[in-house]
Amino acid sequence: MIRIEREDFVLAKGYPKCNASICLFPCVCSSFNMKAKGELREYEVIGRHLPTQKDPVPKLYKMRIFAPDNVVAKSRFWYFCNRIKKIKKSVGEIVSCRRIYDKSPLKIKNFAIWLRYDSRSGTHNMYREYRDMTVSKAVTQCYRDMGARHRARSHSIQILKVEQIPASKCRRPHVKQFHNSKIRFPLPHRVTARLHRPRFTTRRPNTFFQ
Amino acid sequence: MGVYKHFVQPGRVAFISHGKDAGKLCVIIDAIDCNRVLVDGPCSGVSRQEVNLKRIHLTKFRLKLAHTARTKIVRKQWKAADITKKWQETNWAKKLEAKKRRAKMNDFDRYKLMRAKQARNRIIRTEYNKQIKKRRT
Repeated sequence: MIRIEREDFVLAKGYPKCNASICLFPCVCSSFNMKAKGELREYEVIGRHLPTQKDPVPKLYKMRIFAPDNVVAKSRFWYFCNRIKKIKKSVGEIVSCRRIYDKSPLKIKNFAIWLRYDSRSGTHNMYREYRDMTVSKAVTQCYRDMGARHRARSHSIQILKVEQIPASKCRRPHVKQFHNSKIRFPLPHRVTARLHRPRFTTRRPNTFFQ
Repeated sequence: MGVYKHFVQPGRVAFISHGKDAGKLCVIIDAIDCNRVLVDGPCSGVSRQEVNLKRIHLTKFRLKLAHTARTKIVRKQWKAADITKKWQETNWAKKLEAKKRRAKMNDFDRYKLMRAKQARNRIIRTEYNKQIKKRRT
């Protein structure tokens, strides 16, 4: 979350990592509302504290939120706002909540995602890499992946930073293996998806198609 | 030459088996990851998009493309290699076409088919019987 001066748009830096075993920001998780439904979308949410006598022109804060719709995006904005600044939904206002579309949805990109999540016995930071065409798809992939590999539910995941990185900066081997201009692999043992066509048969299915 | 002759690689022509563009040909431009590829088919009505490998059947045709190829280059290579015509001449395409026509048959077509089959089998049978008789004598 970054404070923005008037109309300067600087990319949101997010939210401090948790320090080792001590969580600086107590995980009093009251928001179990976040469900990474369908494909997530990227929103740019800008909000501020309502003007008061003491502070007639409050600072604007911007965040880059990944949510299934703008309602959840705003909710998520308040969730983070609460924890980083002394602004609640009741004393603040959202100035803008825009959907951000990817600039090159037909270009394959490598994304690095820094996140923080609660496991059953503590909270941890993670760095993960994904290969995808848009940021939202990569973040959606991340949520699914975290659910699969770590049983982490979406409400316990906080995306700290998402960045598109060049191939040279990638660290994970499962992403680096696709950085090959002459990539080539066969499709061996093609398991049939049509289990019920026919449902009963006397023949074994064919899995070799060349 | 190994067991596998068709590979997922830039320039490989593939057949989309189901989904919105079912039955169309496309060209694999690049692999996104082990399950998805970026695909383009400007001459076959497939827009540049991400497609799951489960929907793809690889064909024997391959264009000379880099993994960074634009749609314009794909179109040029496709036309130069005349893939549409070559595909229609393959047995695979012919069988697909035959299946489509069979599915569209009405009762009169089925009657015509029955008569045609009878005529063909009659020719085969008479010739076969002639050969048997010749063999016996």
